[in-house]
Amino acid sequence: MHELPVIKSILDICLKHAKINRANKILSINLIVGDMSDLEPEWMQRYFDYICKGTIAEGAKLIIERTPVLFQCDECSHQFNIDIKKIETLKCPVCGNNKCTLISCNDYYISNMGVM
Amino acid sequence: MERIRLIEVKEGILSDNEKLADELRKLLLKKKTFLLNLMASPGAGKTSLILKTITALKNDFRIAVIEADIDSIVDSEKVAASGIPAVQLRTAGFCHLDASMVKKGLDAINIDSFDLIFIENVGNLVCPAEFDTGAVKKAMILSVPEGDDKPLKYPLMFTVCDVLILNKIDFLELTDFNMQKLKERVLILNPRIKIIEVSCKTGQGIDIWADWLKNEVTTFIGPHV
Repeated sequence: MHELPVIKSILDICLKHAKINRANKILSINLIVGDMSDLEPEWMQRYFDYICKGTIAEGAKLIIERTPVLFQCDECSHQFNIDIKKIETLKCPVCGNNKCTLISCNDYYISNMGVM
Repeated sequence: MERIRLIEVKEGILSDNEKLADELRKLLLKKKTFLLNLMASPGAGKTSLILKTITALKNDFRIAVIEADIDSIVDSEKVAASGIPAVQLRTAGFCHLDASMVKKGLDAINIDSFDLIFIENVGNLVCPAEFDTGAVKKAMILSVPEGDDKPLKYPLMFTVCDVLILNKIDFLELTDFNMQKLKERVLILNPRIKIIEVSCKTGQGIDIWADWLKNEVTTFIGPHV
């Protein structure tokens, strides 16, 4: 439900960078979004198509890469990904220890964009 | 023919909001005002907890409340009836507060006159977790009737909060809520979170919560002069 302000922010950032780089048209935007974020890709594109009308980003495709939830083992420091629905069986795949710390889960940035 | 090229952006989507939130926190530190962002589902007991906390701490701190609601003023009327200043923000359909909305609320009250300001965020466990409001600490309420599976469904909210208030513990025996399981699930996501069990109805545990908050506020604003 909060896709609209987020999309507006994405458009503003992209237009700013397009201007700095003297681009005439934005063709694609690559986003990195953590798995714990609740943004819905289909709605993001739909909102984007709506608010980018009349700008150089009109028609641009949002390419969303989801990054998995990352834990680190408190014992051996091994880092591993996990499906958040399975946290009840959380244990380090290397040493089997079940005390692990959440490292990252909600990345939220624009990595790059394709322009002309 | 123009060539297609790839340009690096590497910029956080919510960086404008995060910048403003950091500015708000600096201002609050300068003004010695503690801002608490209180989040929960609709009906978990946000307004009730605020009213109980006001009763417990009104002799220690000068308190105000920023109420956020999609389109009503019932909560701010309840708070104002307790004699505490309340500002109502109508989010007009938005599901959360961000730093710019909170700034408007803070601008509407003279923050120099207050030691402790509550933000009662929009009732929702999803969107408010994503947006930094500029608050000093984040608190969430989970009420027993909502169930012990909520950390599995809304993990981000449990990850970002400093304290979890488990409300309506007077309901425990009427439900199959598993307290131990809930705590295990929460602590995996956030080992630093403080968990406090309360009942706004019976008053149980409110003193523990009020002590925790009093300690946090005093640490932040320093001793009274």
